[in-house]
Amino acid sequence: MFKKLATGAAFALALIPAASFAAGGGEQHITDYDFSFEGPFGTYDRNQLQRGLQVYTEVCAACHGLKLVPIRTLSDEGGPQMPEDQVRAYAADNFSVYDPALDEDRPAKPVDNFPENNNAGAPDLSMMAKARAGFHGPYGLGLNQLFKGMGGAEYIASLLAGYTGEEKEEAGTIFYENTAFPGGWISMAPPLSDEQVEFADGHANDVEAMSQDVAAFLMWTAEPKMMARKQAGFVGVLFLTVLSVLLYLTNKKLWAPVKGKD
Amino acid sequence: MSGIPHDHYEPKTGAEKWLHSRLPIVGLIYDTIMIPTPKNLNWWWIWGIVLAFCLALQIVTGIVLVMHYTPHVDMAFASVEHIMRNVNGGHMLRYLHMNGASLFFVAVYIHIFRGLYYGSYKAPREITWIVGMLIYLMMMGTAFMGYVLPWGQMSFWGATVITGLFGAIPFIGEPIQTWLLGGPAVDNATLNRFFSLHYLLPFVIAALVIVHIWAFHTTGNNNPTGVDVRKGSKEEAKKDTLPFWPYFVIKDFLGLAVVLVVFWAIVGFMPNYLGHPDNYIEANPLVTPAHIVPEWYFLPFYAILRAFTSEVWVVQFASFITGGIVDAKFFGVIAMFGAILAMALAPWLDTSRVRSGRYRPMFKWWFALLVIDFFALMWLGAMPAEEPYASFSLIASAYWFGYFFVILPLLGVIEKPLPQPATIEEDFEAHYGKKSSAEATPAE
Repeated sequence: MFKKLATGAAFALALIPAASFAAGGGEQHITDYDFSFEGPFGTYDRNQLQRGLQVYTEVCAACHGLKLVPIRTLSDEGGPQMPEDQVRAYAADNFSVYDPALDEDRPAKPVDNFPENNNAGAPDLSMMAKARAGFHGPYGLGLNQLFKGMGGAEYIASLLAGYTGEEKEEAGTIFYENTAFPGGWISMAPPLSDEQVEFADGHANDVEAMSQDVAAFLMWTAEPKMMARKQAGFVGVLFLTVLSVLLYLTNKKLWAPVKGKD
Repeated sequence: MSGIPHDHYEPKTGAEKWLHSRLPIVGLIYDTIMIPTPKNLNWWWIWGIVLAFCLALQIVTGIVLVMHYTPHVDMAFASVEHIMRNVNGGHMLRYLHMNGASLFFVAVYIHIFRGLYYGSYKAPREITWIVGMLIYLMMMGTAFMGYVLPWGQMSFWGATVITGLFGAIPFIGEPIQTWLLGGPAVDNATLNRFFSLHYLLPFVIAALVIVHIWAFHTTGNNNPTGVDVRKGSKEEAKKDTLPFWPYFVIKDFLGLAVVLVVFWAIVGFMPNYLGHPDNYIEANPLVTPAHIVPEWYFLPFYAILRAFTSEVWVVQFASFITGGIVDAKFFGVIAMFGAILAMALAPWLDTSRVRSGRYRPMFKWWFALLVIDFFALMWLGAMPAEEPYASFSLIASAYWFGYFFVILPLLGVIEKPLPQPATIEEDFEAHYGKKSSAEATPAE
C-alpha cells in the first residue's frame, strides 16, 4: 500500500491538469452553437422550432418516434405555437395511430402523442436533448453546464453535422465516422444533405442550419415548459430577493438594542 | 423542561386555564418558541431552519407529485413526463422536489460540519447528535429510493448497484438482497416497495426531528464558544440568552430567504445541473450505462466504498484472518457504513474537554483538512474506478477514519487549548462592545 500511496501522491501532482481530458469523454467534438434558448433569459425561437418540426417530420420521423410528446402541444405558448387548425391538419396529414376503440388505425388527432417508431431500432427522440450532455467541464465537474446549459442541443446539432464521410463495415453493419459520437463511429447513416428540406420562408437549408433547427426543436420536445420555468425562476428570485432585503432590515432593527447600536 | 431557567406560560383567562389544565398545548408551544437561545449564535446556526423547510417542501411537493405518478415499470417514466408536460405547474413541482433533495443535503452537510467544528456533539448533547445521525441515514435511504422512482437508466442501475451491496454480506447476503428487491433483480416489486417506503420515511424523519429538537431544547443550544449558558437564575441566564422568538426566528428566516434565492435560481434556470443525463433515458435492464454515478450527495461515501479494492493490504489482511469471508466488496460496504458510524461515535472519540474548535489551535487545522477531504472524496466518487483516482480515494478514505479514530482521541491529550471566555455574555460583548449588555432587556 505504501508504494500505492507514493505513486498516488506523485500522480496527484502530475495529473491534475491532464485529468481534465480524461473525464471529458474521449475525443468527442461538440460545437458550442449559440442557441436562442441559452442563459436565464433565453427563449425558444418560434420560427426555428417550426423549421425544426419540418425537418423532423420530413426526415427524422422515418425512423425516430416522439412518443412522449402530445401533438396538441405544438400550439402551446412557449413552443412552435402553431394555430390549432394547422396542428389538426398536421396531425391528420402526417401520422396515423392505432385506435383500440375502432380496432384499426385512424389519422392522428391533436390529442394523440406523436407515434412511437421502432424502425431500424432508432431511439425515441422525445427526451434526447436532455439525455445527452454536450459539455462536462474540467474534471468531469460539469461546471461548463453552469454557463452553457447541458449542451444536449449542441450535441444533437454537432452529431448531425459531424459526419466525415468515412464508413466501415463490421459484422455486416455499416458504421459512419462521426466526430460528435462517443467512440467516433455511429450506425445511423448521414440523415441530412444540403437543401433536402425546403422551408416556406426560404431560410438557409444547408446541413448545418437544418441540424441546428432540428436540435432546437428537440430541445423543446425535451423541455416544453422551459420558458414558463424561466419566468417562474425570474419572478421567484425577484420576490425572494425583496423578502431577503425586508428581513435584513427587520433583523437589523430587532437586534440593534441588543447589540447596543440603536 | 429542565435546562435554562426562563419564564413559562401562565394561563390568564378562564378559558386558557380550562384548556391548560386539560391539555397544556399552548404552554408547550410557548415554551418551545420562547426557548432561551445563546445570543452569540453565528450564521452557521441557520441551517436547522433550512432543513426544517426542506423537509416540509419535500413532503408537500411529494404529496402532490404522488397524485400524478404511477409506480409501475411500464408507466413510471412516462408518468413523470406526464407530470412535466400535462400537469398544471407539474414541471415546477417536479424540479422543486428534485432539487429540494440537493438543498436538503447541502444543508445537512453544513449542519453536520458545524456540529463537528463547534463540538455540538459533546456532552450533554450526545443524544441530539445520535438522533441527528439517524435522521441523516434515513435521508440517505429516502433520497436513494426517491431517485429510483422516475425509472430512468441511473434509477435502475443505481438501485442495482446499491442493493447489490447487501448481497456482499457473507452467507446471508443473497437472500437479504432478494428479500429487499422482492425478486432476483430490480423490477416492478422493487419499484413498488421503494415507492411505499419513500412515502413513509419522511414522516419517520419528521418524528425524529421532533425528538432532535426535544433533545437540544432539554440541554440548550450549543454556541460558537462552546461555553455553557449560566443556569443559576433567570436573571443570570438572561444575560447569556435571548428568546428564540423573535430574535432567532427572524434571523433564521433571513438566512433561509437568502438560501432560497440561490435555490430558486437553480430550479428556474438550470434545474438539471445536479442531475445525470442518463436518467432521461428510460430504464433498460439490457443496456448498462458507461458510468454508473450516484447523486452528488452520496459521492463521498461511494468513494470510500470503492476505495478498498482487493489490492489494498488491509483488505487482504481482513480476508486472510477471516478465511476469505470478508472479501473486498464486503470490506467496502463495512468501510462505507463505518465512515458514517465514525461520525456518530464522535462524542466518545473526542477526548478534548474544550467544546468549540475556536479555542483548539491544532484541532482547527485537522478539521479544515477533514472538510477538504470530504470534497476530495466527493470528486473522487464521480471519477472512474481507475488510477490515479483509486489511490487518491484510498488516501482520502484513510484520512476520514484517521480523523475520527486517531486524531480526535489524541488531540484531546496533546493539544493545549486557548483560553475560553468565562461567559457567553463576555463573548458577545467582545464582539459588539460593552454597551450592548448594559441594557440587555430584550425589546418586546
